[in-house]
Amino acid sequence: MGLGSDMYRQQILDHYKNPRNYGELEDPTFSHTGENPTCGDTIQMDVVLADDDETIERVAFSGDGCAISQASASLLTEMLTGMTLEDLDELDRDDVIEMLGVDISPMRVKCAVLAEKVAQDGAKIHTGEIEIDSTKTE
Amino acid sequence: MKASTTESLDIEAIRSDFPILQREVNETPLVYLDNAATSQTPEPVVETIAGYYRHTNSNVERGIHQLSQEASIAYEEAHDRVAEFIGATGGREEVIFTKNTTESINIVAAAWGLEALGPDDEIVTTQMEHHSSLVTFQQLAERTGATIKFVEIDDDGYLDMDHARECITDDTKLVSVVHASNTLGTINPVAEISEIAHNHGALVLVDGAQSAPHQPIDVEAIDADFFAFSGHKMCGPTGIGVLYGKRELLESMQPYLYGGGMVRKVTYEETTFEELPWKFEAGTPVIAQGIALAKACDYLDAIGMERIEAHGQELTAYAHDRLSSFDDIEIYGPPADDRAGLVSFNVDGVHAHDLSSIVNDHGVAIRAGDHCTQPLHDTLGIAASARASFYLYNTREEVDVLIEAIDDARQLFA
Repeated sequence: MGLGSDMYRQQILDHYKNPRNYGELEDPTFSHTGENPTCGDTIQMDVVLADDDETIERVAFSGDGCAISQASASLLTEMLTGMTLEDLDELDRDDVIEMLGVDISPMRVKCAVLAEKVAQDGAKIHTGEIEIDSTKTE
Repeated sequence: MKASTTESLDIEAIRSDFPILQREVNETPLVYLDNAATSQTPEPVVETIAGYYRHTNSNVERGIHQLSQEASIAYEEAHDRVAEFIGATGGREEVIFTKNTTESINIVAAAWGLEALGPDDEIVTTQMEHHSSLVTFQQLAERTGATIKFVEIDDDGYLDMDHARECITDDTKLVSVVHASNTLGTINPVAEISEIAHNHGALVLVDGAQSAPHQPIDVEAIDADFFAFSGHKMCGPTGIGVLYGKRELLESMQPYLYGGGMVRKVTYEETTFEELPWKFEAGTPVIAQGIALAKACDYLDAIGMERIEAHGQELTAYAHDRLSSFDDIEIYGPPADDRAGLVSFNVDGVHAHDLSSIVNDHGVAIRAGDHCTQPLHDTLGIAASARASFYLYNTREEVDVLIEAIDDARQLFA
């Protein structure tokens, strides 16, 4: 038998063990948190926008939880850098799964998309589109 | 703990009653260790369900025709069989068929609690309750203004009985306690708690969801006023639970649901209700499930609940010993020789959900999450845990497969 699940390919484990852009930013343009209550995963995304108030200049995340949620957040910080808020808004579940590069079992999708939802909701709060305290994926 | 002086189970013969255990998951044999969530269903029970629909299917208590008579008698007698299984000498009148443990508890809250409780009253429960009772009594307290108190647990996952004696006072109207914890595996001294409660004039509800499948139950020895459990965790089908209640209590309570089947005489102005237990079984009841649950009781009793208990204890102790031999595994709850048939644990550096996903590749089904005890997990200071839970068809070899699968996860995350 092979070592471990198809869901836990090297990239996922690498980002889980060595998360990129981990921590909090000093003066974020916006910062938002969320959780996946079923797993107890928590994610905070801090974003700094460029002067155009549209382009994502820096992203950091912090949080705690399963490998899928944390690796997804780490990968997302790399992907989002340089994107616009519009690009961010257009991301969906399939983009996240493609980014992870593995098949995510249905029960774990909410772990995978947590960081994406947190970033999207954070952006929408920033632009005044929505008013919420925290994001949940269930 | 009972000494396992009883003859051990013929596991091979038992396993042959459960065809699902022959299937494969991820091209390896299924190792089903999620019995605290639901147990598998033996052929005699499956055949009872199929046989009912093939030969007897009919509505009960309404028809004069042959099928309805046969179905009615089988359904009524199923109540007697379940009463016998839990030592309720009052028979069918003390056994209400419900949807599950949760509904059984909700009936007590709605049909008894909303009437009986007020702002000066207290409900005492424990830190290790399942959401099925915890959330229900939290809501009951909110609606009636009653206070809810939680008996604390000690470091080994036992109830702090001194704290229980402090919490239970003359203001206490109900003590609700889980018989066997679905997370810690603690078996609570329910008879002792019942005595304390009764000395203060309080009623006692015992959540038997994790005890009824695994050990002989005598509701009268416990002196429980209410005892709730589910069919699907004890070789029965889903969709059926049981609420045992002392006859005089059930008689004093108003119905929980109204409609057909629970009435005697109906006019446009008023209705008189049926006798127990039918007063609490409005509408077409869980006929096939009830009859199948009685068959599950037959199945378990034919093997012997004491032997099933001894097998569960032996297997759990083995799993506990193997898991605790690793420094990076933390186990929650009492020591190996004093627990219900389950072990909850965490592997350092591997989230319980990741662990569950990885061991699934080895065909192993374990639970990961909060097991419907979120406040208890908060008390333990963890977000989630993994849980292996055993039943009469599990083997030591299956525990060994789990241990190997955990080692795979450990290497992956190292």
